[in-house]
Amino acid sequence: MLSTGRRSVVDVALQGAGISAVDHVDRAKVLQRLRLGDVAFRHLTRSAALAVLIILGGIIVSLVWGSLPALRTFGVSFLYEEVWNPVTEKFGAIAPIYGTIVTSFIAMLIAVPVGLFIAMFLTELCPMWLRRPIGIAIELLAGIPSIIYGIWGLFVFAPFLQQYVQPFLITLFGEIPIFSTLFAGPPYGIGIFTAGLILAIMVLPFITSISRDVFEAVPPVLKEAAYGLGCTTWEVARYIVLPYTRVGVIGGVMLGLGRALGETMAVTFVIGNAHRISGSLLAPGTTISATIANEFTEAVGDLYTSALIALGLILFVITFIVLAIARLLLMRLNAQVGR
Amino acid sequence: MDPSISRLYAKRRRRNVVTMALAYGATGFGLTWLVVILGVLLWEGLSGLSLAVFTEMTPPPGSAGGLLNPIAGSLVMTTIAVLIGTPLGMLAGTYMAEYGRYDKLTTVVRFINDILLSAPSIVIGLFVYEIMVAQMGHFSGWAGAVSLAVIVVPVVVRTTEDMLTLVPDTLREAAASIGLPRALMITRVAYRAARAGMVTGVLLAVARISGETAPLLFTALNNQFWSLNLNAPVSSLPVVIFQFALSPYKDWQKLAWTGALIITMAVLALSIIARILAAPRKTS
Repeated sequence: MLSTGRRSVVDVALQGAGISAVDHVDRAKVLQRLRLGDVAFRHLTRSAALAVLIILGGIIVSLVWGSLPALRTFGVSFLYEEVWNPVTEKFGAIAPIYGTIVTSFIAMLIAVPVGLFIAMFLTELCPMWLRRPIGIAIELLAGIPSIIYGIWGLFVFAPFLQQYVQPFLITLFGEIPIFSTLFAGPPYGIGIFTAGLILAIMVLPFITSISRDVFEAVPPVLKEAAYGLGCTTWEVARYIVLPYTRVGVIGGVMLGLGRALGETMAVTFVIGNAHRISGSLLAPGTTISATIANEFTEAVGDLYTSALIALGLILFVITFIVLAIARLLLMRLNAQVGR
Repeated sequence: MDPSISRLYAKRRRRNVVTMALAYGATGFGLTWLVVILGVLLWEGLSGLSLAVFTEMTPPPGSAGGLLNPIAGSLVMTTIAVLIGTPLGMLAGTYMAEYGRYDKLTTVVRFINDILLSAPSIVIGLFVYEIMVAQMGHFSGWAGAVSLAVIVVPVVVRTTEDMLTLVPDTLREAAASIGLPRALMITRVAYRAARAGMVTGVLLAVARISGETAPLLFTALNNQFWSLNLNAPVSSLPVVIFQFALSPYKDWQKLAWTGALIITMAVLALSIIARILAAPRKTS
């Protein structure tokens, strides 16, 4: 190998890189070309990374720009007015905002405890050979497109709730104050309550898989020590695993909340699209995303379109804050693990 | 034994039994939905599945037809979205994992990218409406493809960065030691080592966008006829499902179910393939 004479390792490398006949061209030229190629590639990748920032900037700018006419016309009152009348061109966003927040709240109320219990089952109770299949099954739930949840909710889930669950809830809570208002009839089937339940099913896999991942990161020594003291499985989960993974769990919950707030299709099918705030959860309502999906293509007039884009802006701001908190918490967690 | 202590033991054991039962119950609850949804989908969708679905156009209410134009429209728009989104996402991910691993820029991009990853897709539809549809004055297949591409980018960025970070540094050092410039090291060595994972990322992105409806509603709109002209409204499977399911016509609803079955099977197949490809390593 030493007898290659003038050929240095660089030549070998260049040949390996597919540049043949190195000996016949000027080495300096080739090296120069490679150096230029490297610089060009570096700048190419860097601009692609910057493009990600530009996309986000573009979203914000275009939403603000598009919603200016509506915000100029209605000012702050857009945020708290309930009226939504395309004919007289009076728009207020409080009904969709209310619907978005209430449906997401119902979803989290159900999905968080259920998701945590599933994660506990997967990390503590489940036999080894079953863990992977069940984990995959739960993640498949996350992969089902939201429109499928929508069509299923409309044709199967809502009629089921209308026939069996809602009449039961109405009679069950009929005598109890506050609850009797929350579950006042009639049972429509579609409405805020149904949308919240479907959202719960949709975000369940997100919360489950993140919680499972952080639960698995708990050092076995901690759990073994607690078991050694005679703790029950529940006590280990409650007093060792949960406190240790608090940050990650909250991050996962916020991530699920971000999904629930922005979810469009599943909700649009079953929410009923009624622009009013009703005391009863069983009544039809609307959410920001459902309003946009239902009305945008039919919106005539610049002010109507602009009001819908302003709704989008509100939704984006809310989800941005929630997702940012989620990511910051999860980043803090990763930094901890890295240490 | 002191009776108060044995009472305490009994209480603790009882509480443990109750919560463990809840854990079993919760898992059953979660899996039930998967079974119920897939079961209904198969039941409703299979009965409408026939060759005509893949060979005939969407019908007017009351007559027979298929889903050929929305299937073709979806395929075309998905392909274009992947062709736009994948290179952009791969290059950005490459910068974050290779050139700028310890840059401030990388931290910021990663943070923003993670937010884009779960940003509401309807907002992305509004964005593309503003920059394309409003400017051009009409709905178009290009706008639909671009809005899907915006969804592809963060998925590919994320997986590319993750997969390249998993490539052992010794490979990079070996490449550098024979005098390879960095660009060649990345394209010839690092990409090859991370190939399976990066393909997985693209597959996951395809799975993600093939069911997306919200961003297409007011970018690509819909088209009842055979048209692959990307300068005009293009039909897509999810939008047709949306429209047909909410219609009062029984045969349209039937087709919506069949379309839903096709999409779900495609998405599940993609994610299972992606999982198999990524199996040797732990991903995400």
